[in-house]
Amino acid sequence: MELTYGHPKSLKPIQTKYCPGCGHGVIHRLVCEVIDELGVQERSVIMNPVGCSIWADLYFDFDSVQVPHGRTPAGATGVKRCLPDHLVVCYQGDGDLAAIGTAEIIHAANRGEHFTGIFVNNAIYGMTGGQMAPTTLIGQKATTAPYGRDPGEAGMGYPIRVCELLATLEGTRYLARGAVNTAANTRKTKQYIKKAFEMQLRGEGFGLVEILSPCPTNWAMKPGEAVEWLEENMISFYKLGEVKNTIDAASASPATKEATR
Amino acid sequence: MAEEKKLMKGNEAIGEAAIRAGCRAYFGYPITPQNELTAYMAKNMLDKKRVFIQAESEVAAINMVYGAAATGTRTMTSSSSPGMSLKQEGISYLCGADLPAVLVNVARSGPGLGGISPGQGDYFQATRGGGHGDYYHMVFAPKSVQEAADLTYEAFDLADKWRMPAMILADGLIGQMMEGVVLPEERDLASLPEKPWAAGQGGGPRHVSSCILVPEELEAAVRVRFARYEEVRKAETRFEEVNIEKAELVFVAYGTSSRVALGAVELAKKAGMELGLFRPISLWPFPSARLAELAAKGKRFLAVEMSMGQMVEDVRLSVASSAGAGKADVQFYGRCGGVIPSEEEVLAEARRILGK
Ligand SMILES: Cc1ncc(C[n+]2csc(CCOP(=O)(O)OP(=O)(O)O)c2C)c(N)n1
Ligand code: SF4
Ligand SMILES: [Mg+2]
Repeated sequence: MELTYGHPKSLKPIQTKYCPGCGHGVIHRLVCEVIDELGVQERSVIMNPVGCSIWADLYFDFDSVQVPHGRTPAGATGVKRCLPDHLVVCYQGDGDLAAIGTAEIIHAANRGEHFTGIFVNNAIYGMTGGQMAPTTLIGQKATTAPYGRDPGEAGMGYPIRVCELLATLEGTRYLARGAVNTAANTRKTKQYIKKAFEMQLRGEGFGLVEILSPCPTNWAMKPGEAVEWLEENMISFYKLGEVKNTIDAASASPATKEATR
Repeated sequence: MAEEKKLMKGNEAIGEAAIRAGCRAYFGYPITPQNELTAYMAKNMLDKKRVFIQAESEVAAINMVYGAAATGTRTMTSSSSPGMSLKQEGISYLCGADLPAVLVNVARSGPGLGGISPGQGDYFQATRGGGHGDYYHMVFAPKSVQEAADLTYEAFDLADKWRMPAMILADGLIGQMMEGVVLPEERDLASLPEKPWAAGQGGGPRHVSSCILVPEELEAAVRVRFARYEEVRKAETRFEEVNIEKAELVFVAYGTSSRVALGAVELAKKAGMELGLFRPISLWPFPSARLAELAAKGKRFLAVEMSMGQMVEDVRLSVASSAGAGKADVQFYGRCGGVIPSEEEVLAEARRILGK
């Protein structure tokens, strides 16, 4: 009998350290499923960031390189330039990517580096215990925004839409935003990841998939409430879908191009 | 067969030596007085289809080095003092993950933006592990363009052998001046050592990381590294001695200031005075044992630096462990701010100390 669904080969069969209802575990699984489907476990390297998802060496059954906080895209650049035939996954949280590592992501994207960003937007600093992130929504509470994020008097700035920001750069070919709140959105997110990985393996330039992900612990909610909060608050601000896709036109077969004319 | 002698700038000789040593990935960011090195790498690495990136900052450059090193690739970055400060976090991570890399500091004068003239005020940062945590890495200080090329070439082998970064601590004078140099042979890339720990070679996962959250496990890992440091001390300590036997006073100086001190030794000889020079070539490991031996023989020392006195602390620590510890005489003469002392003023200081 053919096995049609099971635990991904690239993901070790162990329980994660993530809190109940955390999105990181689901996202790890999606990354691993796609790696297995593409058959590239033996030639994949994940850059694991400083943040809750630092434990790549525990979970992923392929190579990993752990870098300083925010420097993930610079490390990924070094790895990918030296291993051009490998799939390099640059996994980052919102603090890692959009605060301390802003320069690194902008310039890696602008150079059109041939790795894929997996950007986990949980609107909070998870690992350090719930401080405000660049993606924290206006009014959302954090330990360092006790009265809610206030861009006015308190001067806390506005939430950053990373995909839209990166879309202005010519080096970016594929930018999509998914979420892991429902089975349907999770499936769609997997398709985005697959497109981005395939594009990387064809050597076509920079791609990034942003994923809205619950952090029940630091949002101070039960897992179910966190999913609802994500749906009601995050998705209306961070619109789901492909924000930039210049690969479909280029890599679609001549027949489909004809049909879409 | 050795090549012909060529006239080259120090910065360019360092670049060419790195390429010949098998450097396959270079990452840098512009800063004076090392710009010729980054430009040399841009042209010659790209011509050879090797990796060259002008990074968005020194912070990015050192982390690109980290990524490249994690794949087992021979890799290098270069900068000057303010840029080296920015690289320190990455250097700490390289050391914590036991990754080999070559780092070049064509130092200038500080602190802050300081000036662009040569300085030796980065000695503490270079030799004490300038980033956070318990670590050291090798540091070599060339006195000439030839030695800059030779040490850079060798630094790649030493970094691989000991799995730690090797730094070339030059300064603006060594980087900018032109001298004759015989370049080392091109390394056959197939002859480079295997790196079974590196990511990207298949046959089971490799994890490159400096993160260990269990205190006892981290302590054990640091202790293993420190045991290796002891081996490095034994194997890689380097120095040069000039006229030590007869000397009434021995200059201790490295890099550019050792050239000045050597000039003062020669001036003294003409005036009928015997002075000597002890030149540390490896700044970490520092040649402490030999200095202690000389102190035990009753030698007196004058450290000459282009700083307010940094290496002199290592000289004092070295002689403190000698048999004649209590009596050992260590004096200091320094200029800073980018001023290079003259042979005459250094000789005058020696005369003052000796009462001659
Ligand atoms: C240089 C540096 N500054 C600060 C920290 C502390 N720190 C660790 S994780 C983190 C934030 C992580 O948040 P995010 O990137 O959003 O990841 P998450 O945990 O939410 O997945 C911070 C500030 C650090 N490790 N290094
Ligand atoms: S703190 Fe948040 S991001 Fe971190 S493991 Fe828990 S739920 Fe996940
Ligand atoms: Mg976060």
